[in-house]
Amino acid sequence: MSLTPVHIEFIATGALWTVGLSAIAFVGGSILGFALALARISPVPFVRRCASTYIQIVQGTPLLVTLFLFYFGLAVVGFDSLPAIVAAGLGLVIYSSAFLAEIWRGCLESVPKTQWEAAECLALTRWQRMVRVILPQAMRIATAPTVGFLVQIVKNTSLASVVGFVELAQAGKLVNNTIFEPFTVFIVVAAFYFVICYPLSAWSRSLERKLNAGRR
Amino acid sequence: MTYQFDFSALLPYWPLFLEGVWLTLKLSVLATIFGFVVGTLCAVARADGPRWLKTVVAIYVEMIRNTPLLVQIFLVYFGFASLGLKVTANTAAVAALVVNVGAYTCEIVRAGLESIHKSQLEAAECLGLTRTQTYWHVIVRPAIERVYPALTSQYVLLMLASSITSQISAEELTAVANRIQSDTFRSFETYIVTGVLYIILSFVVRLAFALFALVIFPRRRKLGTAI
Repeated sequence: MSLTPVHIEFIATGALWTVGLSAIAFVGGSILGFALALARISPVPFVRRCASTYIQIVQGTPLLVTLFLFYFGLAVVGFDSLPAIVAAGLGLVIYSSAFLAEIWRGCLESVPKTQWEAAECLALTRWQRMVRVILPQAMRIATAPTVGFLVQIVKNTSLASVVGFVELAQAGKLVNNTIFEPFTVFIVVAAFYFVICYPLSAWSRSLERKLNAGRR
Repeated sequence: MTYQFDFSALLPYWPLFLEGVWLTLKLSVLATIFGFVVGTLCAVARADGPRWLKTVVAIYVEMIRNTPLLVQIFLVYFGFASLGLKVTANTAAVAALVVNVGAYTCEIVRAGLESIHKSQLEAAECLGLTRTQTYWHVIVRPAIERVYPALTSQYVLLMLASSITSQISAEELTAVANRIQSDTFRSFETYIVTGVLYIILSFVVRLAFALFALVIFPRRRKLGTAI
């Protein structure tokens, strides 16, 4: 048997799930990651230490193990009939939050210190200083690496296949199980990933160029 | 929560865990060494090679960086098989990791090469260094020294990513964990232990890279600062 349009369609549906799962991971990871980035530069040492411990733990464990932990962990705390997307989504949110937090911390810290001090001298409240002065500048710096990390998220959703979630990679595995032509199938799967990721990579690069051009 | 944690069920398995840790380290070290060589050669080719070579390297880097490692591992594993070559899962795992990390190393080292100022090359020429000497002492070594922290992070990520090779049943730490959890039915505890082992491993790898830097970049020690 060989690859038929039906198989391609099945893989394409998987690709849609990959996009969906990436969106969940990115949105959830952004919210949590932003809070963590703020905690990382908090004036309270305890808050800083908690955030950095969390980040070190998450960044020190492979995503695969994180996913297994959520998959089995959720069953342990009593939710044993949840769909695979919950464990996969949670694991990916946790994973992206730690990396996004570190990226954004770097961006916040790269806003020159004089800007923080000037805002303080103008008697802005801490909220105003953050929202009106620091964030607009930090966001400009953050766009390129954030889009770059989005590519990582899309690629890493492939690991959700290990907990049985049928996204692009798992769809490929299932098709391969029926026709047993691994090389062809996975080339097609890789092509799908490439089509999703390449525009993001190119966009990230052009953002970076623009930012550097502005600074020169 | 009514779940009773029972880590004692895992105690008899500690030699297996250790074996897994050892194999993860072995896979990572091999992939790091070969990946570094491949990546650096690619970076040099992309900076100074003939036009066709530049294109080939660019295509390689883009293809690898925009597809997931899991799919690359499957492709390499089944690719070997369809070529009629019989290789073990471990060999296929190392090959896939090398192909993968080579592309990332290439990008990082390229950034380093680009950061070498033109005046350095002119100075080397004035001092009458040969082309090879210039390349080694003035371009490649300082470039790598400059991007060393980025390389370290990349290779720690590689060590963590080697867990994915468990999917083609390379016998590293995660594969061992999968086996132990199916033996003991203590899945949650098994993966907690595995996670802790990986965290320790990533500290060890970082430390090893820091110590290695002291040996290979003596200049940094003399200057007392990172350049």
